[in-house]
Amino acid sequence: MDPKIYDMCDIDIAWCPGCGNFSILRSLKGALAELEIPPEELVVVTGIGQAAKIPHYFKTHFFNGLHGRTLPPATAIKVVNPELTVIAESGDGDMYGEGGNHFLHAIRRNPDITNIVHNNMVYGLTKGQASPTSQLGFRTPVQVKGVFLEPFNPLSLAITLGAPFVARAFAGDEERTKDILKMAISHKGYALVDILQHCVSFNKVNTFQWFKENTYYLDDSHDPEDRNEAFQASLQQDKLPLGVIYKCTGKKTFEENIGIYDQDQTPLSLRKMDRKDALKILIQTKS
Amino acid sequence: MNKKDVAIVLCGAAGQGVQTVEHILVRLLRQAGFHVFATKEYMSRIRGGINSTEIRISSERVSAPVDRIDILLPFHPDALDHLKARISPETTVIGDRKNICLDCPAEVTDFIDVPFAEIAENIGGRLFINIIAAGVVLGMLDVDMKMVSDFISEFFVKKDEEIVRKNIEAIKLGCQRGKELRDSGKARYTLKNPLAKNEVLLNGAEAVGMGALAGGCDFLSSYPMSPSTGVMVFLSQHMEDFGVVVEQAEDEIAAINMALGGSYAGARTMVTTSGGGFALMTEGVSLSGMIEMPVVIHLAQRPGPATGLPTRTEQADLELALYAGHGEFPRVIFAPGSLEDAFDLTKKAFELADKYQIPAFILTDQYFMDTFTNIRPFNLEGIDIEKHIVKTDKGYKRYALTEDGISPRGIPGFGDGLVGVDSDEHDEDSHITEDLDLRTQMVDKRLKKMELLKSEIIPPELVGSEDYEILLIGWGSTYHAIKEALKELNREDIAFLHFKQVYPLYPGSQEYFDRAKQTIIVENNATSQFGKIIKLYTDHSVGGNLLKYNGLAFTVEEIVKGLKDKLS
Repeated sequence: MDPKIYDMCDIDIAWCPGCGNFSILRSLKGALAELEIPPEELVVVTGIGQAAKIPHYFKTHFFNGLHGRTLPPATAIKVVNPELTVIAESGDGDMYGEGGNHFLHAIRRNPDITNIVHNNMVYGLTKGQASPTSQLGFRTPVQVKGVFLEPFNPLSLAITLGAPFVARAFAGDEERTKDILKMAISHKGYALVDILQHCVSFNKVNTFQWFKENTYYLDDSHDPEDRNEAFQASLQQDKLPLGVIYKCTGKKTFEENIGIYDQDQTPLSLRKMDRKDALKILIQTKS
Repeated sequence: MNKKDVAIVLCGAAGQGVQTVEHILVRLLRQAGFHVFATKEYMSRIRGGINSTEIRISSERVSAPVDRIDILLPFHPDALDHLKARISPETTVIGDRKNICLDCPAEVTDFIDVPFAEIAENIGGRLFINIIAAGVVLGMLDVDMKMVSDFISEFFVKKDEEIVRKNIEAIKLGCQRGKELRDSGKARYTLKNPLAKNEVLLNGAEAVGMGALAGGCDFLSSYPMSPSTGVMVFLSQHMEDFGVVVEQAEDEIAAINMALGGSYAGARTMVTTSGGGFALMTEGVSLSGMIEMPVVIHLAQRPGPATGLPTRTEQADLELALYAGHGEFPRVIFAPGSLEDAFDLTKKAFELADKYQIPAFILTDQYFMDTFTNIRPFNLEGIDIEKHIVKTDKGYKRYALTEDGISPRGIPGFGDGLVGVDSDEHDEDSHITEDLDLRTQMVDKRLKKMELLKSEIIPPELVGSEDYEILLIGWGSTYHAIKEALKELNREDIAFLHFKQVYPLYPGSQEYFDRAKQTIIVENNATSQFGKIIKLYTDHSVGGNLLKYNGLAFTVEEIVKGLKDKLS
């Protein structure tokens, strides 16, 4: 499929020129096109922030909800209609800060969705405060003495909580990011892709160049199916590993566990409802 | 003495099995054909404390709590003290003198000693005390022994034979005692059995749950919180038979955002919560308003602020429900007064939420949730579920500006169109806009639905004479207590107007108020919240009020006395 099918005309994009979001959008369109997922079968759920505006810039169904609340609606959409491809996408502040509790429990719930996080280690939309992933010592107009909170490590947390697919990408490498996204979207169960991304306006420390110098791709010697090895890789701080950190197959999804599809594969949203007889029986049990 | 109804109170500590006695008594007495009513007040603890359950058994329909106690069964040494304000010379206490009632308060004048512990130990242990006590009541009311033993066998069906046998022995011994008391004339009451056989016994949580199923609910996401959890438990028990997703969310914020996501994808969704949990949901209420996404919110009130009295009752979250959520958007709030209302209004909430793409509230409370009454089975005629969802085509616009303000609602995966929703102000295509003229149009569009909603408001119910001078006003769960109080007062010049829809207010309400020389409102809160709503939306200021906010529901006597004081 040609990625152009996702293109929208006459759009006024609110991202800064040179923002990593543009590359992520191109990688995502490329991944979706190669996976032959048409816009009519795709739902992108986002929260609030610059990254969260992404579904306004390409053709897809979308639920652009509240700040931090990306994963709860995404989980619900998938269980109500498992035939849809569901992507929950937002920034580091939205997903790991405001939505931190949902991040923990969405992983435990394991819906078959892809969670893409644009991680630029800073708050963009509110103009440059620390995010949960800001590094120690990062100074901002609010964190005047520099960040002293331990940076949030989404990868090791996800592995600990049993996420069946955990990856890290770098927005500066569109081709490899596209490949990682393809793997994540195809993987059954919850898949996290944390995408490192520079912010041209508010993060003068973790620049494009900084990410180039401080990341590397895991090679074949890394076994992503070895959970201990994956956990070790996720903890590396001197140079940040990129690629599929961890994956496992065969874990039952939320939609499979909830029982609603045990007998009938029809999406809940498309089922006919006739409850008169069942209700009559139920009421009689109370006599 | 031939009475129409007998009020029995069971009182003990949490964990003593008082609930088991209640369960057995109300079901057996209902099966026997009596009208029954059971309500409880309890402390927020799993063990200990002092809790009591009131059971009214009657020849006529009864649905309200009374202060009066005809028969009191204490299971704990503190029980009589806990209830002494309600004990009168008319109260017969049936208790174990040696173990429970060594020091009877002076209020107790009629005491029947039954050595429950001794009888129980002869059978095999003190845990049979409850069953024996249930037997005494059943014997006094002359309930058929075979029905009793069949029920007990069924009730303990999962236990081994020895336990079933001993329980049957225990209840038979109890029944025998009861019959002896009856025959000796010590138990002063005989009760005509109305043989109301074809009825069902339900509590408020079950009625709301059944209404949800009838309304097409196929998705519930919630976080457990007393007293709202009963609805979640009920739907969980029936999720397989009805194809309902029930998910316990990590918090109430997740719960309502999940419900909105589920609704976006095409489900009929609901959340059930109480005040503190609902406070967390308010951002979701606002989101529902903005993205025009149906959601039904069951809010079972308990006393606040903050954690308040977790297991008690109040009607103090009406204003919270009315004003929750930033911004301006339509909503509808129902407040059932009876189990029938709970069923009908919950069903209706789903219909209206879907039709107008709004949040719809069911406002109940702890008293309503936990109270059982027998009623005729719900009428299931016309419960066909109409989904207001359209198949989309290319060029579909989720927020198309239409004359009536309702944009046809599409869902992803049904049709060729794309369906977007956005919490920002948006254009017809759901994309973010700062076109301020369009903003005005979108606000108008959302608020226009309020006008349509007004054509479907459920009128208040007038109880009593049309030709009244004094009008009592109530809403929600106080319905039966006020109704019975009105009957007790037996005055032609007083009527009662009950609101089951508290917002938007019925446009004809003013006429009811105008016809009265005096209006008195009865509310289970401290500031007369509904009185304020009446003042806001009509030209009427309610004349007087009867308010209660100690955490308990109104009893019939309290309302009678309160009104007599006001009218004297």
